[in-house]
Amino acid sequence: MGTTDSSIVDAARARPGLLFAVLLGGLLLVDLAAKLGGVGLGPIGGSVSVDRLGSNLWNGVVIGLVIGLAGIGLSMTYSILSFANFSHGDLVSAGAFTGWGVAFLIAGFGDVPVRALLTVRDAGSASPGDVGAHILSTPGAILVGLVAAFVVTSLLAVALDRAFYKPMRDRDGISLLIASIGAALIVRYLLQFGYGSDRRGVTASVEQSNLAFGPLGVSVNAHELTILVAAVGLMVAMHAMLQHTKLGTAMRAMADNKDLALITGIPAERVVTATWIIGGGLAGASGYLYVLLRGTIQFDFGWLLLLLIFAAVILGGIGSVYGAIVGGLVIGVVFTTSTIWIPSDFNQAAAFAVMILMLLLRPEGLFGGVSTA
Amino acid sequence: MSDADPAVPEADAPESATAAVIAAAKESDFALVVGTLLAIYAAAALLSFTDGLNSVVGLMETLTFLGLVYALTALALNLQWGYTGLFNIGVAGFMAVGVYTMGMVVRSPDPAFGPPGLGLPLPVGVLAGMGMAALLGGIAALPALRLKADYLAIVTLGLSEIIRLSLQSSAFDSFLRDTIGAGTGGGRGMGMPDNPVRDLFLVDGQAGTPTALGDLVFGVFGTDGLGISHPILIGWGYIAVLAAFLVGFYLLLERLGRSPFGRTMKAIREDELVANSLGKDVNLVKIKVFVIGCALMGLAGILWFGSQGNVSPTPQFRPLLTFYVFIAVIIGGSGSNTGSVLGGIVFAAVLFEGPRRVGGAVRGLIDAETPGSFADALVSLDPVTLLAYAADNVAPLQFVFLGLVLVFIIHRRPEGVLGDRIETAAAVDLSERPAGGESDE
Amino acid sequence: MSSDAPDPNDPADVADGSDVADGVDASAPTADEPEENDGEVEESAKHTPSGSPPLRVEGLVKRFGGVTAVDGASFEVESGSLTGLIGPNGAGKSTTFNCITGVHEPTAGTVSFQGEDVTGLKPYQIARKGLVRTFQIARELSEMTVLENLMLAPQGQLGESAVRAVTPGLRGAVVEEETALRERAWETLEFFEIDHLAHEHAGNLSGGQRKLLEMARVLMTDPEMVLLDEPLAGVNPTLEEKLLDRIHDLRADGYTFLLVEHDMDVIMNNCERVIVMHQGSVLAEGTGDEIRNDERVIEAYLGEDL
Repeated sequence: MGTTDSSIVDAARARPGLLFAVLLGGLLLVDLAAKLGGVGLGPIGGSVSVDRLGSNLWNGVVIGLVIGLAGIGLSMTYSILSFANFSHGDLVSAGAFTGWGVAFLIAGFGDVPVRALLTVRDAGSASPGDVGAHILSTPGAILVGLVAAFVVTSLLAVALDRAFYKPMRDRDGISLLIASIGAALIVRYLLQFGYGSDRRGVTASVEQSNLAFGPLGVSVNAHELTILVAAVGLMVAMHAMLQHTKLGTAMRAMADNKDLALITGIPAERVVTATWIIGGGLAGASGYLYVLLRGTIQFDFGWLLLLLIFAAVILGGIGSVYGAIVGGLVIGVVFTTSTIWIPSDFNQAAAFAVMILMLLLRPEGLFGGVSTA
Repeated sequence: MSDADPAVPEADAPESATAAVIAAAKESDFALVVGTLLAIYAAAALLSFTDGLNSVVGLMETLTFLGLVYALTALALNLQWGYTGLFNIGVAGFMAVGVYTMGMVVRSPDPAFGPPGLGLPLPVGVLAGMGMAALLGGIAALPALRLKADYLAIVTLGLSEIIRLSLQSSAFDSFLRDTIGAGTGGGRGMGMPDNPVRDLFLVDGQAGTPTALGDLVFGVFGTDGLGISHPILIGWGYIAVLAAFLVGFYLLLERLGRSPFGRTMKAIREDELVANSLGKDVNLVKIKVFVIGCALMGLAGILWFGSQGNVSPTPQFRPLLTFYVFIAVIIGGSGSNTGSVLGGIVFAAVLFEGPRRVGGAVRGLIDAETPGSFADALVSLDPVTLLAYAADNVAPLQFVFLGLVLVFIIHRRPEGVLGDRIETAAAVDLSERPAGGESDE
Repeated sequence: MSSDAPDPNDPADVADGSDVADGVDASAPTADEPEENDGEVEESAKHTPSGSPPLRVEGLVKRFGGVTAVDGASFEVESGSLTGLIGPNGAGKSTTFNCITGVHEPTAGTVSFQGEDVTGLKPYQIARKGLVRTFQIARELSEMTVLENLMLAPQGQLGESAVRAVTPGLRGAVVEEETALRERAWETLEFFEIDHLAHEHAGNLSGGQRKLLEMARVLMTDPEMVLLDEPLAGVNPTLEEKLLDRIHDLRADGYTFLLVEHDMDVIMNNCERVIVMHQGSVLAEGTGDEIRNDERVIEAYLGEDL
C-alpha cells in the first residue's frame, strides 16, 4: 500500500540496510567527483587523475567480462541443478591449462619438445616467450586454444557430472556442495600433479600491441581487445541459444520450476548434460582468456577466482545469465576502482564485502527472481 | 529418584541395567579413541622404527598433536553444523582471528622482531582471542538468520577470506599499529608468545637450562636416558595440555547437546518453522550457537597455531584448512561429538600426515632420479621413474585422495564412516521408561 | 508417581509476564491418570472461560504481491469452544492461520489473543502466549525420536539456557526438570496411544501417527488454544476416530480449538460453531445446522458435497 510519494520512505523504512548502501554509494560517487576535480573537503576529496580512473574502469570491465563469462556457467548449474558448485573455479583452471597446451603446441611445434608445449611450460632453453604465443604473432594458435579450452572443459564437466553428481541427483544442495568440494580438490591437484605448481609466464610480449585511446588516456592492448571480442561473442551466442532454441527454452523452464518442467516432459537428463557442456565450456574459455589477460598461469588460479565468480553470480541474482554478466562487470569494476579509496591489498576483500552485503540486503540479486532469461 | 549427578547419568539411579549400558557405551567410546590412537601409533612405529626410537616417538608426537587439534576444531564445527545445521565454512577465519588477537594482546610492546603487541598476560590474550572470534561469530550469524544454507556457506567463506586478506594487508597492519598500538605483521605474520609448557621444562624457555621437572624428564627419557630429543619431550608435555582441553571441549559440548538447548538445536536443524511455532526463539539460539562455536574455534586456533612459533595468514589460514576440518567431521559422522574426536584423529593420521610419510618412505626405497615434470616422467616410459615422481609429488596426490574420500563418503556413507551415532538430546536417559511409569507398555 | 509431577513450567520465561507461576503451574493439563489406559484428562484450573474471547481477528488482510489471499476477515473464537473454519479451496483459510500464528505478517487488520494485540509478532512469541498450531502437512522432526519431539515442546525449560545446561552447579536443576518432563512426555504419549513408538525416529512414523505426534507435541507446550490445520487429512478412519476423541476429551478439559478441515462432515458433526470463509473474507458464522441451510454457503460450495 502507499502512494508513490511515500513508497520511497516506506522502502527505506522496510530496508534500512539498503538505504545505507545507497547512501554509501552516493557518498563514494560524490567523493569520486571531488577527487577528480581535485577538491578537498576534509575527509572527502583529494585527487585522482582522469587517466587513472579511466584505466581502472577499463581494467575492471575486462576482468569483469572474464568473471561474468565464468559466472554464466556457475549460475546455470546453480539454478538448474540446485547447488553451489565449488569445483567451478577448478574447471576454469582446467580450461586454461588444456587450452594453452594446445595453443603452445600449434605456436611452437617443432622448436620445443611436444611434452613441454602440452604442459604449458618452458623446456630447456625455450621460455614461453620463445614459443611466442600472442594474438598478433600467432592468432591462429590463440583461437584454436580457445576452442580447445571450451571443448576439453565441457568434456571434463560432463565426466565429473557422470561420476560424482549424477548418482546423487535427488540429494539436497548441501550434500552436492560437499561433493563438489571433493571434485574441486581432485581436479585442482591433478592439475598440480600434471602441470606442476609453479607460476609461470605464458604469453609472449609483442611490441606495439598497445593502442592508446586519446581522450581518456586509456591504453588498450591487443589481448584485452581479444578478450572483449571473445567474451562478448560467447555471451551473444549464449543469449541466442537461450532465446531461440528448444534447448534454451527447456533450460529456462528447468531453472524456473523444475517440477513443472519435468511434468511437461522436458528431457531432464539431456538438459542437465547440455548445462554442463555449456557451463563447463564457458568456464574453460574464461580461464583461457584470464591467462591471456594476466600472462601467467598457476594450478590454483581458478580456485582463487571462485569466490569472485560467486560474488558476480550472487550480485546478478542466481539463475540469471545476464545477471551473471552484469554482476561480473560490477565485481570487476569494484575490484579495480576500489583502490581509489582503500589500500590496494584490500580490493579483493572489497569485492567479497560487496557480495556479503548483497546477500544480506537483497539476496535475490540486482535483478530479482530466478530466471535464466 | 532424580538423576543427581549429571556427569555420570543414572550412576546410582534405579534402572541399573540402563546405567550399565550407558557406562559400557561411554567406555567403548573412550576405548575406541584410545584404540584408534594405538593403531595409529603401531603404524607410525612400523613406518619409522628403522630410524630409531627418537624418530618413532617424534612421529607419534606429530600425529597426536595434529589429531588433537583437528579433534578440537572438529568438535567446535560439529556444534554448528552437526547439531544445528549451520553450514559455516569460515572456520579458518575464526581460528585466525583467535590466534592473531591472542598474539597481538600478549606480544611485547617493544619486540625485537615483528609487530608490537599490548604486552598483557597470556590468559588475557587467550580470552581476548576467544572473545574476538565470538564477536565475529555473532556478526556472521546475522546472515545465518535469513539465508539458505548454501548462501551461508558462501558468506562465511567470503568472511574468512576477508579476514585472511586483512591480516595479510600491510595497510591494515599499520592502521592497527597507529590506532591500538599492536600490529598483525602483514604478510610476514608474527611470532607467537612463549609457550608456558616450555617454561615448565626449561628455565625461561632457554634450551640448556632445565627446571627440576625438566631435569627429571630429560634424565629418564632425554639424551641422558632413552635418547629422545628434548623438543619432542616438551611436545608431549603440550599434548597433555591439549588432551585436557579436548576433554573440556567434549564435556562442554556433550552437556550442551544433552539438554533442552541441544533439543532446540536439533529441532532447528530439522525444521526451523516447527521450532519457531513451538515457542523457540530460533534466531537467538542460532546466534548463541555461532558465538559459542566460533569462540571454541578461536580457542582451537590459539592452541593449535599459537604453539607453532610463527603465524602468517597465508597459507596457514586458507579455506583449505576449513575443508580439512569438515572432512574430519564428515568422517566421524556429523552430529556426534565422539565421532568428531575420532574423525579428527583419523583424518590427521591417515589422510593428512600419513600419505606424506608414506611417500617419503617410498621415495627412500626407489633408486631413480626424479624427473623435472610429470610429462618427463611419462615419456620416460619407466614405471620406476614414474613412481619416483609420484613419491616426490605426494602432496597433490594426497589432495586428490582427500577429494575422492569426500565424494565417496557423501555418496556411500553420508552418515559418516564411523557409523551413524545418534546422540540423545536430553539431560536424562530416554532409552527406557523409568520405573515410575507403571502403566502397561 | 500418580500425583502431579512438578510441572516444569517456566520461571525462566519472564517475557510472558508476571503471574505465570501460580495459574499455569497448577494445571499440568496433560497429566492424565496413568492407572487408566484411556483415562480422561483431568480438569484444569486455567482453562476456565474468562470474559473476553481468547482469539479475535478483525479486518485481517494479507496480500502477496498483487494477490489478495485474505480480504478483511473478522471473527472470534469463544473460550473453551471447538470452532470449525471451513471454506472452498483458496478461500484463505491457511493464510489466515499463518497470519494468526505469525508465519506471515498481515498487510492490515489485527489479531488479538486473550485481549492482547499479537498482530505481527513472531511465531515463537505467539506460541509463548499459549496460541499454538499444528501443520497441514505434519512437520515432524524426523531425526529426533518421538520422545525428543515431545520433550522439545514445553515452554521456558530451564535447560534452554546454554549456561544452565553446562554449568556444574546449575545443571542439577535441569536434570531434575528433565526427569519430570520425561514422565509427562510418556503420559502424553499414552494419552494418544503412541507410547509404543516413543523411541522411534519421527521420520519413520506413518502419516496418521505423525498427526498424533503433532497433537501430542502441541499439548506439551501447555497451550491455551490450539489451531489445528487439517489434522485429519490423510488419516485412516480408525485413527481419525481416535484423534477426534482426543480433541473432545481435551475440549471438555477447557482447551479452545480452532479447526480447519476440508471434510465437511467432520466439521458439522464435531464443531458447535462454524465459520465459513470465501474469497478471503468470512461468509457466514453459526451452528452446523445454520451453516448447512445458509444460501450463501451453499452457493459458495456449489458443486461441492455439503
